Amino acid sequence: MQTLNLEYPATGSAARRAHVGVVGSGDLEILFEPGTDATASVRVRTTVDGFDVVWRRVLDAFFAHHPVAGRYELNDFGATPGIVSLRLLQVLETSKPAHKERIGQ
Amino acid sequence: MSDIPALVAERPELQALWHRHSFVELDARARAHAILDKGTGHEYCDPFDRIESPWLEPQGLVPQADDGLVVVKGQLAGEPCVVIGIEGAFQGGSIGEVSGAKAACALQLAARDARAGQPISAVLVLETGGVRLQEGTLGLNAVAEILSALLELRGLRPVIGVATGPLGSYGGMSIVAGLCTRMVLTHEGRLGFNGAQVIESEAGVAEFDSSDRALIWSVNGGAQRYATGLADALVLDDAPAVRQAVITAVAVGVPERHRSEELDVLAARLGSGDGAQARFSLAGLGLPPAPSPGSARQRGAGS
Repeated sequence: MQTLNLEYPATGSAARRAHVGVVGSGDLEILFEPGTDATASVRVRTTVDGFDVVWRRVLDAFFAHHPVAGRYELNDFGATPGIVSLRLLQVLETSKPAHKERIGQ
Repeated sequence: MSDIPALVAERPELQALWHRHSFVELDARARAHAILDKGTGHEYCDPFDRIESPWLEPQGLVPQADDGLVVVKGQLAGEPCVVIGIEGAFQGGSIGEVSGAKAACALQLAARDARAGQPISAVLVLETGGVRLQEGTLGLNAVAEILSALLELRGLRPVIGVATGPLGSYGGMSIVAGLCTRMVLTHEGRLGFNGAQVIESEAGVAEFDSSDRALIWSVNGGAQRYATGLADALVLDDAPAVRQAVITAVAVGVPERHRSEELDVLAARLGSGDGAQARFSLAGLGLPPAPSPGSARQRGAGS
């Protein structure tokens, strides 16, 4: 397995933390906690080695469109770039104020 | 078959199947909240506590923040209840040191509360291949702790097992299932000790063909387990139906004798061969008979 750490400048903010996905075949889990220091810091742990460039491209594209500050922890079990992008969008959706948090209800 | 709604309209027995909200397709967390009274669930050791397995990363495996097991405490039909749910998508729902400790502690705390005059029932949503091989004896030990906590609690309050599939319950966690006060299964659910591939690799394809799904479900499937008295309710894969079956199972209370103590009954059943042939037929469609939501088929107490 391989661990990647990336940082992006972030101007947006989110209302709440979010947890989506599962560390299951072809999928990933994301833990997101909003931050205030204008940075999106990302840690990726993946079972599949050697895809640094692909990860960077997927995350570059996402944070170019959605620069939301906070800490993102991605626990990956071989998700495709499409699945990764969908899960990241799901994080944005579930971190909106209107969304009722499932954890800790 | 092009007009399915029309087909359903003229076949009343298909209505429940058509209008169901699948329980099987929910993840462990959503299942726990679906069983409990709406909005009452509170999760303990949630993913943000990051109590993950320390044994997976050194072996090149990515851990999950909740180690694939959720503990959600809330109300069930207005009474306190804790749901312990295994996430089948993470490492085959396997029980490791951390996930096992979470389940065992939840049952131990429930037993402590029950002894202190605060009765709380427990529900185990089993979706597991058993002990996590990567954690070896730590996983085995965890299962032993779960068994011991379950034995303590079941004398005080019901502990209900639920196995809906797609994995079902296998391995050491099926000993847990065997000790549960009552078991709720679906047609898709399975309950067994050695899985099909394990039997095939150990005893050969002539003994058990793990590619033969009809064979697997005729031996380990929900309908067969219900027919042979190893499960107490067989429900449609429908979240409200599963919840209702759990409520009914808890309401029966603590039996005088648990199934695991009725060795004479089980041995006699084995000899008779009764119920060994579960019926899957639904006139011409090959579909399981569909109990309507909210009216789970239940065995009477003591059967």
